Amino acid sequence: MATRQTQGLARLMRAPAIILLFVWMIVPLCMTLYYSFLNYNLLSPGTTSWAGWFNYQYFYTDPAFFEAIWNTLVLVLGVLFITVVGGTFIAMLIDKPIWGQGIVRILVISPFFVMPPVAALIWKNMIMHPSYGVLADVAQFFGASPIDWFAQYPLFSIILIVAWQWLPFATLILLTSLQSLDTEQMEAAEMDGAPAYSRFLYLVLPHMARAITVVILIQTIFLLGIYAEILVTTNGGPGTASTNLTFLIYRAARLNFDIGGAAAGGIIAVILANIIAIFLMRAVGKNLD
Amino acid sequence: MTTTWRALLGATALCATAGIAAAQDNVTLTIATVNNGDMIRMQGLTDAFTAANPNIQVQWVTLEENILRERVTTDIATQGGQYDVLTIGTYEVPIWAKQDWLVPLELGDAYDVDDLVPAVRDALSVDGKLYAAPFYAESAMVMYRTDLAEAAGVTIPDAPTWADIRDAAAKMTDKSKEQYGICLRGKPGWGENIGFITAMANSYGARWFDTDWKPQFDSEEWKATLTDYLAMMNEYGPPGASSNGFNENLSLFQQGKCAIWIDATVAASFVTDPATSTVADNVGFAQFPNREGVDNRGNWLWAWSLAIPTSSDAKEAAQTFIAWATSKEYSALVAEREGWRAVPPGTRTSLYENADYQAEAPFAAMTINSINAANTQKASVQDVPYTGGQFVAIPEFQGIGTAVGQQFSAALAGQMSAEDALAAAQSNTTREMTRAGYIK
Repeated sequence: MATRQTQGLARLMRAPAIILLFVWMIVPLCMTLYYSFLNYNLLSPGTTSWAGWFNYQYFYTDPAFFEAIWNTLVLVLGVLFITVVGGTFIAMLIDKPIWGQGIVRILVISPFFVMPPVAALIWKNMIMHPSYGVLADVAQFFGASPIDWFAQYPLFSIILIVAWQWLPFATLILLTSLQSLDTEQMEAAEMDGAPAYSRFLYLVLPHMARAITVVILIQTIFLLGIYAEILVTTNGGPGTASTNLTFLIYRAARLNFDIGGAAAGGIIAVILANIIAIFLMRAVGKNLD
Repeated sequence: MTTTWRALLGATALCATAGIAAAQDNVTLTIATVNNGDMIRMQGLTDAFTAANPNIQVQWVTLEENILRERVTTDIATQGGQYDVLTIGTYEVPIWAKQDWLVPLELGDAYDVDDLVPAVRDALSVDGKLYAAPFYAESAMVMYRTDLAEAAGVTIPDAPTWADIRDAAAKMTDKSKEQYGICLRGKPGWGENIGFITAMANSYGARWFDTDWKPQFDSEEWKATLTDYLAMMNEYGPPGASSNGFNENLSLFQQGKCAIWIDATVAASFVTDPATSTVADNVGFAQFPNREGVDNRGNWLWAWSLAIPTSSDAKEAAQTFIAWATSKEYSALVAEREGWRAVPPGTRTSLYENADYQAEAPFAAMTINSINAANTQKASVQDVPYTGGQFVAIPEFQGIGTAVGQQFSAALAGQMSAEDALAAAQSNTTREMTRAGYIK
């Protein structure tokens, strides 16, 4: 049992790391909060003044604001659905002893090593492009006219690209969980005559619940901030059809150079992300106890 | 101490001093530029510069136009000092020079500043001082396939109207052969689709703002512009046009998929280059069209230019580089290595007096005439409170132009009607202009 002295010493030794972490997070957050109350535009230097709540009101009344929130939710839920369902399916497939298992597993996880902008460029120019893309060639082979994916189904196209990138992550985590499943229990169920879907529903799925929760929690955090794929493929458009909250903030900061407005948007995004995080922890995080 | 020792010590001291001096002279220039063909060519020829200036190393940051703007603007506005030479346009130069973000250029007598095309030099000067040197300059014109025109029995006059263009595009379209009548910019961005559509609007008699800075998207002229643009692109344009910018259309034209392309004059050297273009021998040129009854063509003026930010710590070397890259000698070097057609166009009067250039570049006369015809002081037939041809020269235009560009791009993608796009553009622009204090 730790004495009072050793506890004190431990606190002292932990302090630098905690202070560093605190400063690392708190300083940018405070600066963002401060800027969000300023009239601060990079293109008009020297005109910084106090704006009060104006930046918040301005960001909130942006014609694209509610659409951006909706798109953010659709994007996160769409990718989560594809990666969790697809990840479970692929994990079960590559868990079976097959010839060339090692190579198949490497191929399955390889999209995770591709940088997001590169992945987006490949999908945009080589796969989904209506003139040069593979899908256009396939459509023309069957006599159909090529689909202009990014103009007709912009959000769906982005969901596909992002899901392709995150599927390996989900697969890996779910595969690890699958491998820790007790085989004796499965064999017993099989001998008792339980059909495959029942074994999956009552044995495999409950066993994977914790892994699925981890996938949902980690992915949600990253998916709320998706932006590179949007920038490379649709630029948030056509119109604002694929603008999410992050891209709206990007637009304020990097196209309008409106630092005050972007900072207000950033604070709004932090608040919304925390609401989602609390909701998620309550709804699915119980599995982690 | 013996004489030998003294001599040795002295020599060591001398060497050390020389070493320090050499180290001080050695500089690395970081140059930010656009991924356009002429700039890529300049990078390929950098060896000639470093051979003549062994103490200057050159490091390139090559980016797509929209990304370059964001990076460079952020860097200069925050005084980041990341770049020593910036590639910027006629839009940025006057605004940035007034904010003391750029170093005025002193290029010396040998540079021959008076040889620069007057319209271009004026666009890059503030209070008579040159703040950027033009690498290439452009206006806009019609490029079309002479073979397809002949096969379709179409004649495009030297000074066409939009009705001529639409009629020709209709006759030259054959979608079953992936041959599209007309390719125009659709990718959103103030330097992409808005550049083109603003020029087209000017040729329709439209304007961005009235003299009280009130947006004019609710006018008949704008409605006619956008309706005709959408009709042409929907009926005769390529698929995926809402994500096609300058480079995408260039590639489509070079591959023989576009019968007519209306864009920057600088494209002429690429579409007539047999090494990169499959249609090099069959390209004709005409002036930017006008609407019947409107005495104005969309002759825009743009010069991709090299400038030095005040935050650079290698200003002298940067100036040496700029003087080299925009000199007559550089033009001669390009001509020697890749032929006269490849020389960066539009910047020097002497180039257009050069018989070799005129012989090799069939687009020379059309290019210089289009540049000279550009009136950036009054781009529309109606009164305007701003300068600029295919843009409005105010700092807020980057954001506003891009937002409006998104609406027009959405209309092109079929996500909304022309009326809705114009209404959204009107309310968005009014909101931004009110915030910026232009509308009281």
